[in-house]
Amino acid sequence: MPRYRLRVNEGVLSVEADADKPLLYVLRGLGLTATKFGCGLGQCGACTIVVDGTAVQSCQMTVADVQDKAVTTLEGLGTAAKPHPLQAAFIAHQVPQCGYCTSGMIMSAAALLEKNGKPSEGEIRSALELNLCRCGSHTRVVSAVMAASGQRG
Amino acid sequence: MSASLDQARFSRRAILKGGALTVGFALTVTPGTALAQSVAGVARRTDNTQVDAYLTVNADGTVTVYCGKVDLGQGLRIAIPQIAAEELGIGVDRIKYFEGDTALTPNQGRTAGSTGIQRGGMQIRQAAATARKGLVDLAAQRLNLKPDELTAADGEVRPKAGGAGIAFAALLEGRKFDLKLDPNAPLKDPRSYTIVGKPLPRPDVAAKCLGTATYIHDLTLPDMLHARVIRPPAIGATLVSVDEDSIKDLAGVKVVRIKDFLAVVADDEWTSVRAARSLRAQWSEASNLPDQSRLTQSLREASGAAAETLVAKGAPPSPAPQDAKALTASYFWPMQSHASLGPSCAVADVSADQATIWTASQGMHDNRVTYARFLGLPLEKVRLIYLEGSGCYGMNGHEDAAADAAILSRAVGRPVRVQWSRADELGWDPKGPPQLLDLAGSVDAEGKILDWRTEMWIPQTTKGLLNIPLLGPQAAGLDNIVGLNTGLISQNGDPPYEAAHMQVVVHWLKETPLRPAPLRSPGKPANCFAVESFMDELAAAARLDPVAFRLRGLKNTRGIELVKRVAAMMKWEPRPSPGPNVGAATALGRGISYIHYKHSETLVAMGMEVAVEQASGRIKVERVSCAHDCGQIINPDGVRSQVEGSILQTISRVLMEEVKFDRARVTSVDWAGYPILRFSDVPKIEIELVDRPSEPPLGAGEAACAAVGAALANAVFDATGLRLRTVPFTPERVKAAQSGKA
Repeated sequence: MPRYRLRVNEGVLSVEADADKPLLYVLRGLGLTATKFGCGLGQCGACTIVVDGTAVQSCQMTVADVQDKAVTTLEGLGTAAKPHPLQAAFIAHQVPQCGYCTSGMIMSAAALLEKNGKPSEGEIRSALELNLCRCGSHTRVVSAVMAASGQRG
Repeated sequence: MSASLDQARFSRRAILKGGALTVGFALTVTPGTALAQSVAGVARRTDNTQVDAYLTVNADGTVTVYCGKVDLGQGLRIAIPQIAAEELGIGVDRIKYFEGDTALTPNQGRTAGSTGIQRGGMQIRQAAATARKGLVDLAAQRLNLKPDELTAADGEVRPKAGGAGIAFAALLEGRKFDLKLDPNAPLKDPRSYTIVGKPLPRPDVAAKCLGTATYIHDLTLPDMLHARVIRPPAIGATLVSVDEDSIKDLAGVKVVRIKDFLAVVADDEWTSVRAARSLRAQWSEASNLPDQSRLTQSLREASGAAAETLVAKGAPPSPAPQDAKALTASYFWPMQSHASLGPSCAVADVSADQATIWTASQGMHDNRVTYARFLGLPLEKVRLIYLEGSGCYGMNGHEDAAADAAILSRAVGRPVRVQWSRADELGWDPKGPPQLLDLAGSVDAEGKILDWRTEMWIPQTTKGLLNIPLLGPQAAGLDNIVGLNTGLISQNGDPPYEAAHMQVVVHWLKETPLRPAPLRSPGKPANCFAVESFMDELAAAARLDPVAFRLRGLKNTRGIELVKRVAAMMKWEPRPSPGPNVGAATALGRGISYIHYKHSETLVAMGMEVAVEQASGRIKVERVSCAHDCGQIINPDGVRSQVEGSILQTISRVLMEEVKFDRARVTSVDWAGYPILRFSDVPKIEIELVDRPSEPPLGAGEAACAAVGAALANAVFDATGLRLRTVPFTPERVKAAQSGKA
């Protein structure tokens, strides 16, 4: 199997994987299980991660696609002691119900805030349009992203 | 695959190493994995009539609460500790909490029907009250005081007059309570509450936002294998042959075939996915499903349906007044999927003489019976441990995935994790059943309902059925349950308003096209959609304002308050529907509906404001106003979260969702074929919670769902004059209604 050099959450690792193995399975195999399998079709956003500042669906990429690029998963965004502003806002707004979509939501929003520090509510909704939630946490997601960007949410 | 420098993994392990996740504040919730390791082999008293089944006082001054109901994201993990802590007299930060483990927690029934608080929570409240009485009695002996001179607070019993108290643990000195739940144990006066009624944060939320929560999908056991089950291409098809050579280039894959049950098992998950995709198998032809385009006719014509009169009250005036308006209308609610965001998953470790099954199912103890039966094991040798999965709203594929895992673990002699695919989940999860309702009624010019008849065609739940027939055992020829389980879907077929004559008849169908299961607020979204839409049809026929018409027939004072509140929230202007916008390119309208859930539980009034784009037929819900009364509120933010979810999920069901099938199989098996609500569809939501601290607490996870369909349909009628009676309200349906074909 070919070997790939990955930059994940500011660590550098070398992984062996089949060339067509979706990145999602590679990450989860590394114990980075915050990134979730939802459909494997690029339709739901549960597996969203950030690669070089852009939100991507990790089920639609292979490990070869991200060689030498900076990969960030929810685990790399922040910690309990030092949460990312989005994580803090999602906690403060008690956003998740089941929470299965939450990782993807936060990662999509993180990529948005990197590019646009004060997005409008419409811009937040657009950025999250590909992220599905079945429990109906949407309004809290929007409020939390507004709050994380220093706006009234 | 190997990692030479695996920092990411190490950091995650460090977080999980402590076993219990401590999140939010000091309340600890122990997920199933750590729990299984930490207390394996510890026998606990789980008799649900005993205080000890629910509560343990620990030497360190904490109290452990054991709850048989499980938390799927609806907030029991904080609400139940709030109830227990309040009633016992201890801070909620000193509560430890275990949920859903057949070896450790009492059987409190399925977490279903919005009963987590109103039944499960109330058992635990009674257990805590009994425990407090027992502790006070012990302290009375030790302090030589009368029980009524003592109070329990901060984890100790102390004299009301002041002076040193004795900690709970010191009173028990390591003994158990050994008390039966006492229905007469005095409960605290709600006016004295300091914990119940507070919007305390849910303890699982932080871990879910930080990526440290362990879902069933994330559980790994030593020596665990990954499996995919291959379902037939047609429902009811049998397996003719399997060509194992078709995957011979995939190393280490084992094919498991037991009669018509076919699966692949591998060390690595991706390998199992590839094997499942590549394995060639020949199945028999099958076309057991009815013609979907004729579904409503076939329900109506179903042979062998037994009619039952559920409600018969009063008599219509004879002769009918001359100014009476009489109407009939038919409503239909289609089959819908739970559409869980993550496909079902389970892990099982089964040997010849015992089974441990980790599952996200909402039923632990009753599933244990089912699994013991098909595994041929004594009940006490089967242990189910709950671990949260992707949200479930009744009974999705969790039960099936756990059965798959159990069958496969036994077959290969190692722990097995089964994960379904997206197509498996949307194709094979048990579905909310179809519901057809005919309404007939009449109203006089003043708005008095003279006659009301509801006739429904719905599948009947098989009596005594604990579970649903499971796919794996059925395919493998193992002992399996036979029958239908739909939940209590005939409730709320009668309006909560006065009528001179009222009759509800149900035609119980023996079959339904796809395997049914309870889906959130079972049956009530359809029944309330029909009843509250028909109320609006009567109001429109009599040229009456829909709010005034409802208030005329509504006698429940709590309900009246809610309807008035919603009208105020919406700045409702009294007038009949349709409104002045009919004919506008984008027509705006408002609608209202009301439900008294099961006629005895939570009360909800809901208003919707919609914009209907006439050219495209697209409906956009702009604003939802909801007034909600679930009695005593345990945790207002938890209730709010549930009501928001109920509203949004049901808007999705009403606007978009219908399972599609051909004669052989479900064809809506991805998110393109089975779309659900997206951010651009999400309205503004305003919720007013009416707290009634002196009333019993009622469920908050279902009732609001029921009110959505009619409020939306009534708003569309108000906007356009078009009456939509078939869910979902797709643009095609709106266009058909415009051309008079609906």
